[in-house]
Amino acid sequence: MSKILMKGNEAVAEAAIRSGCRLYFAYPITPQSELIEYMAKMMPKVGGCFLQAESEVSAINMVYGAAGSGKRVMTSSSSPGISLKMEGISYLAGAELPCVVVNVQRGGPGLGDIQPAQGDYFQATKGGGHGDYRTIVLAPNSVQEFADMASEAFDLADKYRTPVMILADGMLGQMMEPVEFKTPKTPEEMEELDKQHNSWCICPNEDGDKKHHHEINSLEIDPYVLEKHVNDLYAKYAVIEDKETRYETYNVSDDNEILCVAWGTSSRIVKSAINELKAEGKSIGLIRPITVWPYPTEAVKKAIGKKVKKVYVFELNTGQMLDDVKIAVEGKVPVDFWGKVGGIVFTPAEIKAKLEACFK
Amino acid sequence: MKAELICAGFGGQGVLTIGKFIAKAGMKEGKNVSWLPSYGPEMRGGTANVSTVVSDEPIASPIVSFPDILVALNQPSIDKFGPSVRENGVLIINSNMCPHGCKRTDVQIISAPMSDIAAEIGSPMVLNMIAIGIIIGKTGLIKYETMEEDLTSFMKAKNPELLEKNLIAIKRGIELGKQ
Repeated sequence: MSKILMKGNEAVAEAAIRSGCRLYFAYPITPQSELIEYMAKMMPKVGGCFLQAESEVSAINMVYGAAGSGKRVMTSSSSPGISLKMEGISYLAGAELPCVVVNVQRGGPGLGDIQPAQGDYFQATKGGGHGDYRTIVLAPNSVQEFADMASEAFDLADKYRTPVMILADGMLGQMMEPVEFKTPKTPEEMEELDKQHNSWCICPNEDGDKKHHHEINSLEIDPYVLEKHVNDLYAKYAVIEDKETRYETYNVSDDNEILCVAWGTSSRIVKSAINELKAEGKSIGLIRPITVWPYPTEAVKKAIGKKVKKVYVFELNTGQMLDDVKIAVEGKVPVDFWGKVGGIVFTPAEIKAKLEACFK
Repeated sequence: MKAELICAGFGGQGVLTIGKFIAKAGMKEGKNVSWLPSYGPEMRGGTANVSTVVSDEPIASPIVSFPDILVALNQPSIDKFGPSVRENGVLIINSNMCPHGCKRTDVQIISAPMSDIAAEIGSPMVLNMIAIGIIIGKTGLIKYETMEEDLTSFMKAKNPELLEKNLIAIKRGIELGKQ
């Protein structure tokens, strides 16, 4: 299939439909509105259900119900709307329900603004809602990857029966880049998908007996039952940490004097600066976490070569990933941070100046 | 090869579309491309701008700080982005809307009354096609044939008259760019 020039918001929606998503519930918000618009236009054409809920809280609870029926379901929003969904995401994690949540981040806190930001890292990776739970968080840095992550997110959600978040931002949502889509699921594959959760999901009790009575629940009144449930969840999360950690290395070598760590949009800007400095003979590597939970701690640790004198973290926030990097670095070299907030995206020239200063 | 463009003007002048057509043509010619618009309140009645990158190599940052080519359809666009155009870069100006022009002497300036030319062709809507033509004529960044093919594919059935005007506008732009 040939490439199409498309916005990230539209590309992730199209990819979700091709991955077998036929249920989508959301409430509009800039800068992700093209996603909900695309779903409104396309879902009826593929026999799916698009519903604009009266609020984000309502939308995430519709996701809870749909996920309980074992179907591929998605919602999306931008930062303030994702905050509203957090209670529901905690319930989904507690009830072990698979779903995909897309966050096209904007400036915060509060209503903030509508420009690109990465200020929801804590919320996405450290819980966000109440209680002991985690969600897998995928962080794209291009329109192609944003689209590819839709199918990956659904596969992971189904495999581990857990909510998966795609953590993008206004730049990735609004930007157009060429994108190549996978072929849509065939009717046979769709049928397989529909059956995969039959062992636990809610389905019509056609034979009238109660043999396949299933419960979708996140309430466990008996503390010992809840204790076991949470421990089981964390055993599952340990498997995810072991098997599903993803990252990209860029220009990482033993000659690196500086190691950068950046995710999502930030990593694109840092790459540009690294390219320019490489041409000037300076060796700088980059680790880009693709899953920001589970975090590629080992990869960061391993990338610190003998010559690295500083690890530099760049984010569009006040340093929310910084602690994760420090845990990986274990105090072996200094870790520096520079970020922009308010929805302002740093430029390659600004990052280059910060990195150049390290060589003086 | 890597070319970084900024197109800027009033909302409604079609600046975002200039970037989109350049990116689409670049993609069709096998290049890596990115298109990053300004979005938000500034688009309504204020100035709009778009960063477009066309490159043989994968594109790292889609944000353009120092454009190789600036298309400025109004004076505020020159005032805002003019100083950051790379030395010996190309600055394309719509002289109808830019009374003060640009004072720089280290860039290649092409100034043309694009609004007048568009009116002459018979539609103010083709103003952005003149700008695209100038880019093609001056820099050869994309091919005329790619533009013609793209425009024809979605306009021929719907509005053949406007298609013709668009193609005339691109050709006029190419002439201006070559001068």
